[in-house]
Amino acid sequence: MSAVSAVQLEKGSTSTVEAPVREKETQGEEELDVPWQVVVHNDPVNLMSYVTMVFQRVFGYPREKAELHMLEVHHKGRSILWSGVREPAEFYVQQLHGYLLLATLEKVV
Amino acid sequence: MEICRQDDALQISDLDPFLAELLRQIPQSTSPDGAPAAEARLFSRPSAEKEICAEWKNYVEPELRRLFRTATETVAADLTQLNGNEKSLRNRTLRIPVEHAEAWLNTLNQARLVIAAKYNFSEEELNDHDRSPIGSRRDLGLFQVNFYGFLQEFILRELGGQVGSAPD
Repeated sequence: MSAVSAVQLEKGSTSTVEAPVREKETQGEEELDVPWQVVVHNDPVNLMSYVTMVFQRVFGYPREKAELHMLEVHHKGRSILWSGVREPAEFYVQQLHGYLLLATLEKVV
Repeated sequence: MEICRQDDALQISDLDPFLAELLRQIPQSTSPDGAPAAEARLFSRPSAEKEICAEWKNYVEPELRRLFRTATETVAADLTQLNGNEKSLRNRTLRIPVEHAEAWLNTLNQARLVIAAKYNFSEEELNDHDRSPIGSRRDLGLFQVNFYGFLQEFILRELGGQVGSAPD
């Protein structure tokens, strides 16, 4: 992600990145299905502010939580944004691709 | 160049011919034609699972292509304001209706990703914002990526209060 926006975002934050809390779907029997996770991977082209906006839009996260996930992507190369049953996970990945983020659907091992 | 919000539009004024030409090149810059790396970046694999990838290619990818094409067409229509020769482009103003901001964000991102993939810019190059002057087509490509990123930042800032929650 772009360093310009990284500097802007990190000016007002601490130097450490806390692991974001992962959302978990709880839908009765569907929980027994093999869980899937929505993973976003780092991309040096996408702006950090843009990635944060996308996380807010797609997952409805507040700005602070979206920024934590964005920073996890930036510093660790990937972040798990959501986990649960396959259908909504696929929908989230489709939305993220619509915003041109590098996102994948992975089985939870 | 000046960039500001004017009522229900984002306005880029005092454009010099060079920046006006870069703006006019946005739609064509989104084309990954002849660049497999750019095509692969715009339509990246959704999973390591073959079955998911096959379904994706059949059902989701056409939707994504339609989405990207529609956004690019909206931007191209706005850019007709800049039609004309170099002389007539001096001090021109481009007005982007706020309702087109999403299409602009998407199209600028397409263009940045395609250009970056075509030239295989490194992260170090992408973060070198003081690189100058423009001495090659590659340098111009990097300038385009940064200029389009600057426009994205401006649009994001103006949309800052309009980020809504996603549906459940």
